[in-house]
Amino acid sequence: MSVLVYIENAEGTFRKSAFEAISYASAIAAKLGKQLVALSIGNVSNDELAKAGQYGATKVLNASGDKLNTPNTQAYSSVIAAAAKAENAEVIVLSASFAGKTIAPRVSIKLDAGLAENVVSLPVMDGAFTVKKGSFSGKAYSIIEMLAGVKVISMMPNSYKVVPSAQSAQVTAFDFIPDAKDFTATVKERVKAGNTISLPEAELVVSAGRGMKGPENWGMIEELAKVLGAATACSKPVSDAGWRPHSEHVGQTGIAISPNLYIAVGISGAIQHLAGVSSSKVIVVVNKDPEAPFFKAADYGIVGDAFEVVPKLIEAAKAFKASQN
Amino acid sequence: MKILVCISSVPDTTAKINFTPDNKEFVSAGVTFILNPYDEIALSKAVDLATTNNGTVTVINVGDPSTDAVIRKALAIGATDAVRINAIPRDSFFVAKQIADYAKKNSFDMILCGRESSDHNGSSVPVMIAELLEIPCILFAKSLTIDGTTATLDSEIEGGKEVITTSMPFVAGASEGMAEWKIPNMRGIMSARTKPLTVVEPIEVAQKVKLVSYDKPILRSAVKMIAVDDASKLFDIIREEKKII
Repeated sequence: MSVLVYIENAEGTFRKSAFEAISYASAIAAKLGKQLVALSIGNVSNDELAKAGQYGATKVLNASGDKLNTPNTQAYSSVIAAAAKAENAEVIVLSASFAGKTIAPRVSIKLDAGLAENVVSLPVMDGAFTVKKGSFSGKAYSIIEMLAGVKVISMMPNSYKVVPSAQSAQVTAFDFIPDAKDFTATVKERVKAGNTISLPEAELVVSAGRGMKGPENWGMIEELAKVLGAATACSKPVSDAGWRPHSEHVGQTGIAISPNLYIAVGISGAIQHLAGVSSSKVIVVVNKDPEAPFFKAADYGIVGDAFEVVPKLIEAAKAFKASQN
Repeated sequence: MKILVCISSVPDTTAKINFTPDNKEFVSAGVTFILNPYDEIALSKAVDLATTNNGTVTVINVGDPSTDAVIRKALAIGATDAVRINAIPRDSFFVAKQIADYAKKNSFDMILCGRESSDHNGSSVPVMIAELLEIPCILFAKSLTIDGTTATLDSEIEGGKEVITTSMPFVAGASEGMAEWKIPNMRGIMSARTKPLTVVEPIEVAQKVKLVSYDKPILRSAVKMIAVDDASKLFDIIREEKKII
């Protein structure tokens, strides 16, 4: 028996969420007294593959080849299910990334397994196997008991820390060619957005709302984000108005995020917005209206005009970054 | 063109979420239930596609009779007919099995869902349906165009999007951008009353997960206000007090 973790790469480099997933799976494997096997799919260098061992995997399966070098969630699901069977995996861990959310349910069906999505903490394994997952768009959590023998867990990015290990991993090729029906859908093109920091994975997020008055004023938000190394986000009215792309909309009907720091500028704090960002570890709110409801859900608040406060924050961020170097 | 749209009934997005004192059950009293916003995007797209391709839109919901109001709203928006699988949804696998079973017996060119429901947020039902039917699933689909028998979809990924083509049938999980929400007009509301709503009994499904209880996020301590003139100290304060940057 083993624990299997799927580690996702972006153009050959493992995502940060992959190392979170290994660290998380490593803790489960240690508790169960099982071996941790990591599975990489696609074209990844040996140096990169060896990194999996630095977070607790003792064995790294490398599935690559022409058919697998272009990401394809249906084909990847078949590879993961095949690896889980080959390794007799009892628990399969993935990151709840965009791809992970499309892969995990398929894997659970293929393995006749139970599935828990968007899990935010380690399972409790005291006879029963229970996990805590996000629900109601961040307004609550559900505690789920996993009844099936095989369990598939997709974990929320940023919900578990990356834990280095003294382990070293043995890299082994995993030869598996998915069925032709797995390739009915084809990725024709991948288009990068302007902001390349992934919102679900971002540790720092700078977000803004209608208080910015128009899209032409977003330069200062982007500058603050750039200085901090943060992703940019926005409220729903802003994306609805076309000021920013829908992909930046965070909230109940947008992307749910859980960064270490969420800075909200000119966002009043509607319940739908709070739902998607309330898992942030620290929330800073800048708003000129002292009665803005968002202040009640914030850790730090600044009452002031965005056009006065944000330039000060940019200078503060520059000084803070300089003091770090 | 036959399109199946999966819809769910969820608490209104403005609803405060409360549980019984033992945290075992959601308290629905006083909560308005609505058509899941993402499902509404999927439905709007389906109605547009059916209109331009001389097609039909069947909406399917797994729920007890209390969800009929939401189903009627979907019919008012423009669905041709509706099916309700007469069962209280237990988990995503249960829902997906019911819908896949219906879809197997009544073939469709495409199955559109919302990318997730705003209550359970799993994004699992569309993918599970696709896996059970052994067809592609494009989740987080921001656009969908049909050219003959080929569909092209933009799907959100970290830091951008993928452009995916697929033949039919397929499942898509609609995200913002795929279509504008439609507001039912009076004609739609009137005709929804007479459109067919078929009730189907559920198939048996093995239970693989069980809801044990709910929990609420830990409340934050009171906000600490910082004067505009002290904004330059913000990051030092956060580092010192929270140690997260």
